[in-house]
Order: sequence, then C-alpha cells, then structure tokens
Amino acid sequence: MDEAEEKIPVTVLTGYLGAGKTTLLNRILSEKHGKKYAVIVNEFGEIGIDNDLIVKSDEEIYEMNNGCICCTVRGDLIRVVQKLMRRKGRFDAIIVETTGLADPAPVAQTFFMDEDVRSKAKLDAVIALVDAKHFLLSLGDSPEAEDQIAFADVILLNKTDLVDADELAKVEATIRTLNPRAELYHTNRSDVDLTKILDRGAFDLDRVMESDPQFLDHRDDHHDHDHDHGHDHHHHGHAGLDGNVHDTTIGTVSLRGGDLDPKKFMPWIEKVTQTDGPDILRLKGIISFKDDTDRFVVQGIHMILEGDSQREWGKDEKRESRLVFIGRNLDHEKLKRSFAACAA
Amino acid sequence: MVTIANIDLDDGAYVEWAGFVGDVPMFATADGDVIRVEGGQTVLSIHDGLLCAELVQSGDALLTGGEDGKVCRINSDGISTVLTDLEDSWIDQIAAGPNGAIAFASGRNATIIIDDKIASEISLERTIEGLAFAPKGMRLALARYDGVELHWVTSGGSTQVLEWKGAHTGVCFSPDGKYVVSNMQENALHGWRLKDARHMRMQGYPSKVKSISWSPKGKWLATSGAPAAIVWPFTGKDGPMGKAPKELGSMGKLQVTCVACHPTEEAIVIGYSNGMILIVKIEDGQEVPLRSEGKGAITSLNWNKQGTQLAFGSEQGEGGIIDVTS
Ligand SMILES: [Zn+2]
Repeated sequence: MDEAEEKIPVTVLTGYLGAGKTTLLNRILSEKHGKKYAVIVNEFGEIGIDNDLIVKSDEEIYEMNNGCICCTVRGDLIRVVQKLMRRKGRFDAIIVETTGLADPAPVAQTFFMDEDVRSKAKLDAVIALVDAKHFLLSLGDSPEAEDQIAFADVILLNKTDLVDADELAKVEATIRTLNPRAELYHTNRSDVDLTKILDRGAFDLDRVMESDPQFLDHRDDHHDHDHDHGHDHHHHGHAGLDGNVHDTTIGTVSLRGGDLDPKKFMPWIEKVTQTDGPDILRLKGIISFKDDTDRFVVQGIHMILEGDSQREWGKDEKRESRLVFIGRNLDHEKLKRSFAACAA
Repeated sequence: MVTIANIDLDDGAYVEWAGFVGDVPMFATADGDVIRVEGGQTVLSIHDGLLCAELVQSGDALLTGGEDGKVCRINSDGISTVLTDLEDSWIDQIAAGPNGAIAFASGRNATIIIDDKIASEISLERTIEGLAFAPKGMRLALARYDGVELHWVTSGGSTQVLEWKGAHTGVCFSPDGKYVVSNMQENALHGWRLKDARHMRMQGYPSKVKSISWSPKGKWLATSGAPAAIVWPFTGKDGPMGKAPKELGSMGKLQVTCVACHPTEEAIVIGYSNGMILIVKIEDGQEVPLRSEGKGAITSLNWNKQGTQLAFGSEQGEGGIIDVTS
C-alpha cells in the first residue's frame, strides 16, 4: 500500500455579491504562488471566470437524518470533491466559493461529517469578503451576512477606498462586534497578500489557535494584556447588546480557568454542544487538564466537536484553560458558571 | 488455475471502469483516457476528465460521460463518437437500457435517447444522483434527495415517486423488475417493492455502499461497504425483509470496495481496499483467491459475457485481466 496521502486543504470563501470575490479568485488562479487551485463556484452565481480548474456546483443542502436542523452538509460538495480527488496531481488545494446568502456552516460541516470527503480533504480556513461600502446595509437583510462574519477565520474588508475613515471605523467596529477574534485585513480590489488567507490551518487542531491573534497574545504571559481593540474577555459576551453599532444576537463568550478535570469537562462540553449546538457557530479552546503534561485542544461547529492532545505545555508557558464560543443568544453567565464547575 | 495479465496505465491513474467491450478489454480512467487492449495497448483520449462509464446492454460499446460535458460511445474496435456535448457542464450519470436506449444526467436534468433521438427530457428540483432503466426499458429510475422517481421513457404518463427521507446517491432495479434499490448518503441501502411500494431498509453497514451487483436471476444482491461482501437474499416474496444477509469473503478488517456477480453462476468476485481480489460461491462461501494485493483499492470489476474472464481496475493506476478458466 502507498503511504497515507496528504489531505488536500480546502478554503471556503464567503461574501456578498460584488464584494470582490471574482477579483480575488482571479488572483488566486493566475498569480505565481507555486500552487494549483481547483475552484468550486455556484453555477447560478456571479463568478464569471473561464478556467480549466473552475467547477460549477449548485449548493445543495443535505440534512443528515438525525432530525437536527444544524446538522447539514453540502451534497454537491461531497460529489464534486470526490470526483476531483480521483485526478491526482491536477491541483494542490481547493477553494469553495459560496453565494452571498449561503450559510457557511454546511460547507464547513461537510469536511467533518462525510467520511469520504474527510478522508481526502481537510478544511483550512473560512474567509469572509466584506464590501466596506455595502456591508452595513446588507446586515439588515439577512442573518446570513452576520453568520458569515461570525463564522470566519479571516475577514477581508474590501473596497476600503470607497468609504471615508468614519464609515470604515463604523464597519470595522460592527465586524468586531460579530467576531472579535478573526484576523482582519483592509484591502482595495482584493489586494491581500495571498499567504495571509491560504494555507492557514485554522481548522487544524495543531494550529487551531495560531490564526487567532487573541490566543497568541495570551500565550506568552510577558505580553501586554490590554489589547488595542479593547477585547477584554469580560465584555465579549455583551458587546453586541451595548448596541450602538449593530443590534445582533451574535456574541462571543471567552472563558478562562486553571486546571480542569477531564471527567467533568468532557461531559460538559458534549452536553453544551448537544443542547446549544444550533446556536454555536464556532468554538475553540486550549484546555489544561490536571496531571496531563499535554495541552488539550478543542474546536467545534454547531454540534460537531473535535478534541485531541496537541503537544506538551512549554516550561515557561502559563498553564491555563481558555475556551471561546461565537454564537447566537449565548448565555454568558450560565456558560461561565458551568465551565467553572469543571475545575479540577 | 488463474492467470493475470497486468495492464500499464498512466502513473497513478484512477480506474473508473474496467471491463470488456465486445471481447476487447478496456480500462477507462478518471483522467479521461480509455485504454484498449487487443494485441497491444492503445490509448484513446476521450474526455478531459471522465466521470461515469457504462456498457451498453448488448455489450458492444462503452458509454462515457465527462467533466467536459461530452457523452461518448466507444465501440469495441476503438472508434468513438460524441453523442452529446453540453460543453462545461459535468455529465454526472449515465445508464444503458434495452435496444440501445441511453440516459444521461447533468445536474438536475436528464435526457433519454432512444433510436438515436431524444425521447424525453426530465428536470427535477434536486440533483439527479443515480439513473437506471427498468429491465424492459419502459421506465427510468432517477435517484435524488428524499427519494427515487420512476419516469416513463417517452414523454407523458404519470411519474411514480418513491419517497424516503435522505439523500439517495444511486439506484438500480432488480433483474425481474420487481424491486428498486437505492444507495444512500447514510451507510445504508433503501429498497421498495414496486407492486405496493413497501419499504425495505438494508442497514448496518460501517461505511457507504458504493458497489452493488445482482446475481443473474436476481436471487441475491451483493454489496460493498463492510469488511465482507454483504449479500441480501431476494428469494421470498418479501425480498430481504426479516432475513439476515450473508457475509462473504470476510478478511479481518479489510474493507470490500467492489463486488460483481458472475454472469451465469451463483458466485461473486470481491475487490478489497488493499487491491486483493477473490471469488466466492454464494451457496457455501467457498473462496478462490485471484489477486493477493496491489497498490490501491479496487474500483471496478466486470466479467466478460461468458464469465471466463474478469477485468479489474484500482484507484492507483493498476488494471488487469484475470482468466479464471485456464
Ligand atoms: Zn445539529
């Protein structure tokens, strides 16, 4: 038998009509970065690129048969990814474009819930492309616009040249209300350094925190704990309710604690994702279990939960447990209380 | 005695279909080449990306559909014809019926060709994920999300909808036309007895069922998706209901990836995830090994008409012809 094949990384690109997806995809397909990308686009969407590696698809949602509304996958992706994977060496990575109104969760969940896709491909990161000029208007239209921001690992605030400084600040503040933790870049004509958005490993358990600037800051205790954006964790959960930028039910809950008892934490996190799964868009965490020399890393999407021992805690590393939820209607107090009860 | 002739395919090419066109072995790769073996090997470049392939019912030609939107027919002499060109729309499914009938699907649309003319065009609300002609060729089954639809092959006539919640990713009729069986996204098959649309749930697989094959008289349905060939009895009037399937060719944890019933005898050839191939008698489970292992999982197995030779292909550029009589 051959050695295990490397899994193909998949980047999901969300964003509204006109946010600059065509420009960005054209750059990814044409620039010399040493990688070949297959791009899966919506067949009824806006992307008008003619390229051998563009595949049109129809965003078909499958509900998995457990009756839960949040447990959905993209049936078309299962078909297309499996077929593409048979032609070896044709491409090194995949980009999935979703239409403006698409919920990003089914796309992401496909890479965890379908055994065939999961065995050949892995989710790398979810990118949200935001049109600085039209973003605030689009937010009023649909919950999907909010979800796309809240769900993202990387946010490209595009067309910044079309708005003035005040408006830009307002857009950025609104984005930060919905997602204080994603990497955010200001761009014009999608002119981002492609290494910032491709091959991020944001869903890799080993790298789950690397792409999260807040966690990076916390990792080294010598760093200053007052962040420029004022994202002190005590306020995350209620940022949206302060309400002067954008009224939303989406919020972030950041939890911190010392050593935890795995016999308490594991059933707790499973119960939280089972009962609150539909409301949880993303969760990420590094956990310090008592008497365990390794860091334990978790991540989740809705009801999907992954966790594993990652590496040994460093000698100078402060052992603590940190967990972040982004979701709708999260009960900050309850999460805080029940998390605290997991202490060893 | 068993002899194997190995065929050289492009390095690592995934074999989508391996079998006999007339008496000529052919190997269709996912890249879009068809390798024809007569005297030596000839490579026919048919598609830019091949998605599906099926033998016409007479056995004299291979039908293929590609990422390039083409539907092609390749005769045993290697001459190929483009039957349809939808340009950049993928041809996802292809099926062959009696008297040269052909059906193919691209996305939500299917086309039925009879006597070289379009007999009917069908559009569904959801993607068509499986196509199969009924044995007499009067109806076409289309698998889609939440069920299977049976359409008459000429326009008009009422459509019969067989509903079952979930994604149906393939479909076939039993050889006597009494049952319809679908593959599902879940690790299961679903069946319907047509006279009363009675449901048959065939579950318990550890993974998806991708390969299924009926024994010649329709007494048995052999399936992949487990570390043994799971073979359902269709001997009584209730199909497999209330009966346990046979588990044949169990090789520890090794997964069965492909099955093909012998054209005349009650025996099944089984392909495994490590490239192993063996033949097993349905009645007593007696096994004859044909190939010990290879580089990759077996993706296709087809007998010649007489059942004397077998063609195989793997996902790692291997193909071969096995003579089981010599
Ligand atoms: Zn769910």
